[in-house]
Amino acid sequence: MSERPLSPHLGVYKFAYTMALSILHRITGCVASVGFLVFVWWLMALASGPQAYASAMTCLSTLVGKLVLVGFTFSFVYHSCNGIRHLLWDTGRGLERRQARASGYFVVVAALLVTALTIWCACRAMGFSGVAT
Amino acid sequence: MSLRTPLGKVLGRGSAGEGVGHWWVQRVTAIALLPLTLWFAVSLLRVSLQSYEAVRGWLAQPWVAVSTLLLVVALAWHSKLGVQVVIEDYVHAKGVKTAALLLSTFVHVAAAAAGIFAVLVLALS
Repeated sequence: MSERPLSPHLGVYKFAYTMALSILHRITGCVASVGFLVFVWWLMALASGPQAYASAMTCLSTLVGKLVLVGFTFSFVYHSCNGIRHLLWDTGRGLERRQARASGYFVVVAALLVTALTIWCACRAMGFSGVAT
Repeated sequence: MSLRTPLGKVLGRGSAGEGVGHWWVQRVTAIALLPLTLWFAVSLLRVSLQSYEAVRGWLAQPWVAVSTLLLVVALAWHSKLGVQVVIEDYVHAKGVKTAALLLSTFVHVAAAAAGIFAVLVLALS
């Protein structure tokens, strides 16, 4: 059974930008799944009382915590933006090569802008110096 | 000429026996998550997050609690379906695959239960 012929795999295709966006959708989806677990952990800390919440926020405010949160934010935003692209494809629209490339560029730019905006708002909400109001 | 049996056509199911259920629920939860996550981010990031009282007071509001419950359920469901597809695509050894799917299901159900419980505790106490 293990000697069955396989259909040509990814190696036979010329690399295209849209391929990277496609696998990034899966990667960001997996990262967002971990982000969901951290979100639930944060909710549980909030439900456990002021001390648990304070230590959770201390944990999230470390450099590693901030970098992880930035990663989660980008993953959620990119996966959402590209998810809208997928939903559009599901209706049969935007599947031509030119359209798919254009929407791909649009999604990346939109994801980066929305991520930056979210991080800026989050820094204000968390009271980090430099952007405090 | 269709090779599908009349009964198969009526049930609207493919050879896997589960039809388009997985695909469809993934889309339904995706559409639900767009407004829910947008609302959650916009609403939460206006609260002073270092203040336990402020965050708790925000989450205890009835509509915020209900929306957060819906967010937790939709996130858990969508995430479970997505991780399932990734495991099915990349884990080929049958035993490992079954174990990974089982683990993913348990983690997602536990996370959903914890998230729902946390919101209810905050909203009702």
